[in-house]
Amino acid sequence: MLKRFSIAAIAATAAVILVTAGCGTKSAQEIPIGEYASLTGDTAEFGVSTHNGILLAVEEVNKSGGILGKKIRLYTEDDRSDPTEAVTAVSKLINQNGVVAVLGEVASSRSMAAAPVCQANRVPMISPSSTNVEVTRKGDYIFRICFIDPFQGYVMAKFARDTLKIGKVAILKDVKQDYSVGLAQSFSQHFQKMGGTIVKEASFSTGDTDFRPQLTAIKAASPEAIYVPAYYQAVALIARQARDLGITVPLLGGDGWDAPGLVRIAGKAVEGCYFSNHYSVDSENPTSKRFVEAYTKRFKEKPNALAALGYDAARILFDAIKRAGTTESAALRNAIAATKNFAGVTGTITIDKDRNAVKPAVVLKIVNGKFVYQQTINPE
Amino acid sequence: MQELTQQLFNGLIWGGVYALIALGYTMVYGVLRLINFAHGDVYMVGAYLAFFTIAALGSSASSIAGVATVFLTAMAGCAVLGLTIERVAYRPVRNAPRLTALITAIGVSLFLENGGQLLFGPNPRAFPQILTARHVLSLAGVSVSSLQIAIIATVVILLLLLELLVHKTKVGMAMRAVSYNRSVASLMGINTDHIIAFTFALGSALAAVAGILVGLYTGTIEPLMGLLPGLKAFIAAVLGGIGSIPGAMLGGFVLGMAEVLVVAVGYSTYRDAIAFALLVLILLLRPTGLLGTGTVEKV
Repeated sequence: MLKRFSIAAIAATAAVILVTAGCGTKSAQEIPIGEYASLTGDTAEFGVSTHNGILLAVEEVNKSGGILGKKIRLYTEDDRSDPTEAVTAVSKLINQNGVVAVLGEVASSRSMAAAPVCQANRVPMISPSSTNVEVTRKGDYIFRICFIDPFQGYVMAKFARDTLKIGKVAILKDVKQDYSVGLAQSFSQHFQKMGGTIVKEASFSTGDTDFRPQLTAIKAASPEAIYVPAYYQAVALIARQARDLGITVPLLGGDGWDAPGLVRIAGKAVEGCYFSNHYSVDSENPTSKRFVEAYTKRFKEKPNALAALGYDAARILFDAIKRAGTTESAALRNAIAATKNFAGVTGTITIDKDRNAVKPAVVLKIVNGKFVYQQTINPE
Repeated sequence: MQELTQQLFNGLIWGGVYALIALGYTMVYGVLRLINFAHGDVYMVGAYLAFFTIAALGSSASSIAGVATVFLTAMAGCAVLGLTIERVAYRPVRNAPRLTALITAIGVSLFLENGGQLLFGPNPRAFPQILTARHVLSLAGVSVSSLQIAIIATVVILLLLLELLVHKTKVGMAMRAVSYNRSVASLMGINTDHIIAFTFALGSALAAVAGILVGLYTGTIEPLMGLLPGLKAFIAAVLGGIGSIPGAMLGGFVLGMAEVLVVAVGYSTYRDAIAFALLVLILLLRPTGLLGTGTVEKV
């Protein structure tokens, strides 16, 4: 019995190896690139937008004849909004599909989980929109094309002080998200340096649905605005409950607010609130205008910042392959690292020595349920 | 002081919700000596039934008749669900060892949670505001919305009605008799099957109301929303003395207040932990609960 079992096991292993090897043979006519995204689960809205942006970039480049005379072949894996699944997805992309580079993820926790796999296999990874500082510290093959949280906190602090002329702010953060804690810390630091005061700092945990106790404590401190660096689901509930308690001051936030779900759930409660973001759909920049037009035509909806960042990440990768003239890993890595003044949808992108993008941020205001452009804030 | 009053008021709302759910636990325990772990999920189903009724009614859902329809539909739906659970899952194992029934209850709970995710989708949904909460009135610096008043009024009315039902009606007397001693009650001509089924229906209808109130209050519902409130209401029932109806009400309010005050002093991460800490404390200090009476094991 045991013997027969082991023979079967050997046969099965051999079959797997053969199949894997078969997948690994790259077609000479195609350049395989990988993408892992949260197409389902908690942050499905983020994953789907990013995927659409990447898809558009791939379709465009293939229509114009591809790169180095080859077509781009995109392999997409769903990580179901789960860091463990992200690791599996990326391993599969690299080992089975033999991709030359990986695009993803949105959430910092998942980018951080998958980055070591890319690093160990020396496959360059570009995160379109993970803003936590730690992501690109995972290794020299890990890049991102968005700004990082210390800068995003600075942007809202500056906007609140200089434009809104606000002196007293309360903070309500999600202690279970690195993103939220990092952003709250950087905002608080910059805001106080600019002469403002943090009158109250309260916290909640991911999954909470009642925020009235925290908001009651915040109300008692009578702030002129409340900084809520969290994801859209929680922000929408916080806004509704704050208005319910008679809190009328504006809420301020970051790029985690950018999803249609925010206005759908919060309705009028988020009117007149502000958040920092990567780009505005109303931007006058010609690259942006062309992108918004093409995206709207292809997907029948306006692109959000995540779609724009997905599009930019893919195009920066294509540009690097072109400049490198090869898909060999070290050469490709160096080409991505050398990206300078790339005209992206989300602004002019330069990759710095820490493999992060240096670029401006925009502040948006919610007016009649629409995200309206207010101003652009450049790096210090 | 003003802030404290406001916080206590916030706690009152959750206290009422926990009390409503805890009543279902305690009544079922009273008649069957069974911890019905699926009760928290019945509360979730109640919220979803209301959600779909509101969607079906459209704009007329926010009229008085509309609100009444929403509540009655959800309550009736959950009562039927409670009856079904009792008939299909618990009655066949009623005379089996108590552990069997407990495991069955956990099975039903998992079935409802995962079935809910399959049927309603795993993503949270925004609960429509059929009671306009925007009237914010201030009483001595404490801001109170019309929604909060409506919630408290609903809870108080239901608790009073339940007291009347249990103490002034024949069914109530039969429930008390069954809970006192099931076999003797059946000897006295009480149809215990009917009374047990009625208890399930009643508890489930109260859970449905709690589900709708929470949907209105927080603004969101999801298939796993019953998990934690279910556990906490169970703790509230134990805290007050399981099997005791006034105990479940008291336990619910104590728990709601304790939770809100923990967040108010700045320890929001301990919000869920406080319930379990209270459970450990009460089991150590007074295992029968605040209002519970010890039963002497007869030989």
